[in-house]
Amino acid sequence: MLVGESLKNGQGTDVSSRCHKHEPFEQAPMYVAVLTYLGFGIVTLFGYLRDFLRAVGLEKCNIAQEREKQKDFVPLYQDFENFYTRNLYMRVRDNWNRPICSLPGPVFDLMERVSDDYNWTFRFTGKTIHNVINMGSYNYLGFAENNADFLKTVADKVRQYGVGVCSTRQEIGNLSIHEELEQLVANFLGVESAMTYGMGFATNSMNIPALVGRGCLILSDELNHTSLILGARLSGATIRVFKHNNMQSLEKMLKEAVCSGQPRTHRPWKKILIVVEGIYSMEGSVVLLPEVIALKKKYKAYLYLDEAHSIGAVGQTGRGVTELFNVNPADVDVMMGTFTKSFGASGGYIAGKKELVDYLRTHSHSAVYATAMSPPATEQIIRAMKCIMGKDGSTEGLRRIRQLAENTKYFRSRLKEMGFIIYGNNDSPVVPVLLYMPAKVVAFAREMLARKIGVVVVGFPATPITEARARFCVSAAHTRDMLNQVLDCMNEVGDLLCLKFSRRKYSPQPDLCDETDFELDS
Amino acid sequence: MAGIEVRPSQRLSTVPLMQGLFSFSMRKQTPPMHRIFRTLHLRDLRARMNFKNLREYLAWLYYQYLLITGIYVLEPWEKSIFNSILFSAIAMVVYTSYVFVPIHVRLALEFFLGIFGGQPESTMALMT
Repeated sequence: MLVGESLKNGQGTDVSSRCHKHEPFEQAPMYVAVLTYLGFGIVTLFGYLRDFLRAVGLEKCNIAQEREKQKDFVPLYQDFENFYTRNLYMRVRDNWNRPICSLPGPVFDLMERVSDDYNWTFRFTGKTIHNVINMGSYNYLGFAENNADFLKTVADKVRQYGVGVCSTRQEIGNLSIHEELEQLVANFLGVESAMTYGMGFATNSMNIPALVGRGCLILSDELNHTSLILGARLSGATIRVFKHNNMQSLEKMLKEAVCSGQPRTHRPWKKILIVVEGIYSMEGSVVLLPEVIALKKKYKAYLYLDEAHSIGAVGQTGRGVTELFNVNPADVDVMMGTFTKSFGASGGYIAGKKELVDYLRTHSHSAVYATAMSPPATEQIIRAMKCIMGKDGSTEGLRRIRQLAENTKYFRSRLKEMGFIIYGNNDSPVVPVLLYMPAKVVAFAREMLARKIGVVVVGFPATPITEARARFCVSAAHTRDMLNQVLDCMNEVGDLLCLKFSRRKYSPQPDLCDETDFELDS
Repeated sequence: MAGIEVRPSQRLSTVPLMQGLFSFSMRKQTPPMHRIFRTLHLRDLRARMNFKNLREYLAWLYYQYLLITGIYVLEPWEKSIFNSILFSAIAMVVYTSYVFVPIHVRLALEFFLGIFGGQPESTMALMT
């Protein structure tokens, strides 16, 4: 019923909204959850043993601890987070913060580092690991490149404007190149006006407080990014969390909010703001945009859409989730995005109606206090956006978008076929592969590096404790050979570590199989 | 141990020459790509893994044990502590079952035979 309404109001067709329904997340067999808890339990016990040895004095403590005089006061390092850091993270931290010594393109170079004391300290051997395939950088359209021809305009602008702006937008930092960029962003998204900021995280955390305040309600998705949560908390509004992508939960909350109003006084809420993301970076799932818009219109709420990962990466011409679902961009009240991912620069934008953006120019903390975006970054975004829109006279942008879509489809379908559990929508270039057990996560990262593939693995604080994963980011700059190499290594490592947990029956594409006989249960 | 942990495949390649005695070649034909039903049979994994001999296979099993229990991330002396505790627990279980299970089974059999075997006798005794 809701979908039907949105189809009448928006410009959607039946086919496009049905195709993009995201699949339910597959659950692993029960023994996997049991073994994950077992693994954590055993390592926790050893953590207690090590803490005891340190407390007694049999072992030197390498991490921060209180001084002798402070030991009678409130303990500083006894909470779970410090315990986890000391006893679990420190043992395996060679898999994170790996120093890179080249451009983060489709392949990169890593500095080799070893540890002599079980990852408490590192030293560089001096060697470099060359041509490691990069499956972790958010380089969706491949604009993280150092080709001199493409970067000629950037070099020219550096000569013209310098590198530092040395002021905020409101004082003397409003350069003509910023105006040009904002015009271009507004054209790209199909909205009236846009404003850009120097940092993506700060765009969210500093602008949500300008939009909502005390007496307003924020309905935020369960899996929203920290910047959105921080912005919501800073604003002082009431925050209610609805289950991830669950429209029934959202509708129930909206009904309750409209009927009951504010908690004690029962006055109506000043504003109700629904905060969602285009693509959720830990799950790879896409927001159900037509349904959210239908709900927002029915209950007269506002919608804040954070397209950090989806702008430039999804949609026929790279315009993001509004294009993916064929929705009118004017229906989304506040469109936010970042330039870090698909455009190879840094910074964020907020776009929407002219009144909204003009209000933010004066009232946003980021506009008033933060330094403006530097000219080379601005020019990089301008050239990337012109490339995507086709304004530089070539079809390079469209080719990259098509290449990304093709790479995404290929990579996801091959991984599913191999038997890994993958989360997320079929169109999203963020591919989380579930690994579950803590030791397997670590072994996976090390094995892939030994095969010269750099992956990002994510564990407990960022994900639920039983759902550790490796997150792959497919890029338009990856060639089919690179993807095949990665997939072959995944196959090998998946067998070596027993990571293929999927129980789904998956019938592969007809062009991938050569034989005609079927085995039902081999 | 110094440096990054040695990869198990590196360990496996320095296996001494036991191949004469136990050449366990578990190579099968790789199953076709379009298998419709996916199961996690150990047989499939062994088929794809191409173990050259028993030593390699046992080393891989030990590696799986390290990963599943989470011991993989610990230092070697902690691994030894855990392994010895687990081994002694299992040894105690085995010994206890060896000593007591036959006795318990025999007593249980006698008890149940006593119940079911005794019934016709008691009714006959009642009638006579």
